[in-house]
Amino acid sequence: MKHLKAINVKAARMEGVTREQVTRDVDALQQGPPQQPDPPHIPNGCSLVFAPGWEADRNGGTAGLCQPVERDLFDCHMGCFWPAQVPDQLNHAPDWTAKCAAAQKDWRKIDLIFPDKK
Amino acid sequence: MTTVSLREAHTFHAAGQEFLYLVPSAGVFALDECSSAVLDAVRAGAEDEDAVVAALTGRFDAREVTGAVAELRRVRALGDPAGPVPKILPLKPVPLQTLVVNVTNQCNLACTYCYEYGEDKIVDTENGKQPKFMSEETARASVDFMLREARGNPTAHMTFFGGETLMNFPVLKATIDYARRRAEEVGKLVDFSLTTNATLLRPEIIEYLAEQRVGVTISIDGPEEMQDKFRVFKNGMGSYDVAAPKIKALLARHRSRPIGARVTLTKQTLDIARIYRHLHDDMGFWEVGFAPVTTAPGRDYAIDDTGFDDLLSQFRALADGYKQAAIENRHHGFSNVRETLQEIHQGHAKAYPCGAGLGLMGVSTDGDVALCHRFAGSDEHKMGDVHGGVSWQTQQAFLESHHINEKTDCKTCWARPICAGGCYHEANTRYGSTTQPNLHYCEWIRGWTHTCLEIYGEIAVKNPDFLRQFEDDVAERVS
Repeated sequence: MKHLKAINVKAARMEGVTREQVTRDVDALQQGPPQQPDPPHIPNGCSLVFAPGWEADRNGGTAGLCQPVERDLFDCHMGCFWPAQVPDQLNHAPDWTAKCAAAQKDWRKIDLIFPDKK
Repeated sequence: MTTVSLREAHTFHAAGQEFLYLVPSAGVFALDECSSAVLDAVRAGAEDEDAVVAALTGRFDAREVTGAVAELRRVRALGDPAGPVPKILPLKPVPLQTLVVNVTNQCNLACTYCYEYGEDKIVDTENGKQPKFMSEETARASVDFMLREARGNPTAHMTFFGGETLMNFPVLKATIDYARRRAEEVGKLVDFSLTTNATLLRPEIIEYLAEQRVGVTISIDGPEEMQDKFRVFKNGMGSYDVAAPKIKALLARHRSRPIGARVTLTKQTLDIARIYRHLHDDMGFWEVGFAPVTTAPGRDYAIDDTGFDDLLSQFRALADGYKQAAIENRHHGFSNVRETLQEIHQGHAKAYPCGAGLGLMGVSTDGDVALCHRFAGSDEHKMGDVHGGVSWQTQQAFLESHHINEKTDCKTCWARPICAGGCYHEANTRYGSTTQPNLHYCEWIRGWTHTCLEIYGEIAVKNPDFLRQFEDDVAERVS
């Protein structure tokens, strides 16, 4: 940093930690200091991020997606907290995806989940 | 248009420069002229970046200004108002760093202000259930407890306390032998220290303490007339004449560890410079630490509000001596400054005022484990015992209810990363509960922390290498 000087141990750590965040910004075309505030934490590939090639390909279809659409299944329950969309694999349906080794190929094998009668 | 607003921070000046002590992170940053001017502009009412740039036109280039704003944002000196700080509690037991062992609850002195025997005592040491002296068996169990609870830590600290520790010297000695043996078996190091009033020191004890590298803290209040005001034998006779020659003998022989004096300040003995000169210059203590007497309000010896103001200006005067010495790379023995500088340098943002109940616990003579030595023996503050250990649930409940977030009064105070509400025992004596913050000395804490920040800033500019000594964590002071 140019204008502030870290004096104590904590300040030096803060400088180190924030440096990592700053370099994650897209800075190739920027001039001067980073132009954006610290980004919120969003899992990589989540649909909250506008990522062309994820929801639709450049023709508006799904054939040329950079990631297969079926991967949504896993990204929404492993990498993201999205309770309404997929079964609760931690508590109620641990084996929910047991038959689905590769989403693209096996997604049809995933069955419906019903509440436990007990 | 990017809005800018000040977040919580405490500003101080040293060596002609502005510094920021950020809250709650406890980071300390030095500002250059431009970033200092940016903060002034924001304080004067500039609400967005353009307004800041406009306000500083002619003084600083616009790119310099936006650069400074970005850096201030980056360390969160500027930005959106902080939301509530999450209450983060340890998820698993914290290793024990220091175990304070009360080897006896008896004392050969009868200091009138004593928190253990005086008007504000919380444990009945005369007719209570505890034995007056800790047995060797309980002391050994304490050692085992300590080594067990130290978990992965390579070192454990054992501090002997009382009562007057030397009244149970045989057990103390046997405990050190046992602890060294056991520690070697489990591959750890143990470090020992004790606090004593010095009146029972004998040549063979001094020899032993020096040989075994036992850290020694002497409770003494200053020159004769101050010491003898409160630190008296049971017949009322002052203890200075007995203690002073023994202290000199100790200081002459025990050179393996620096020896400190621990002074209890009262309304009647409030002359810091004189006490310091006597203990450091005349007697030869390496360090002198001062603490206001712990008391319920209204006691004759309690320091009142004007007394605290007076205390602060006296502390400042002595601290100035420390600052000069530090800049010139000389030693100065005012340990209150050293301890505060250490905390500032590390920048720990504390959720708890001290390690009590976390990395530090106290054992009473019957083996009950409490928050710290000051609560040892109190059933109300018992957390377990050395045989059965301390349950993590009990510890968690304590941590839950004593977290800084539970102290409403502290929420807007800039000094909270360093104070966190202050001593549990003091709060218990003053307000009847360990969960209360010590509101009677808030002004004093802020005043003293500000002074130490100024000293810290000046040393950081003029002799930064001096601060390296503060980079290692040290064991907690026990008093």
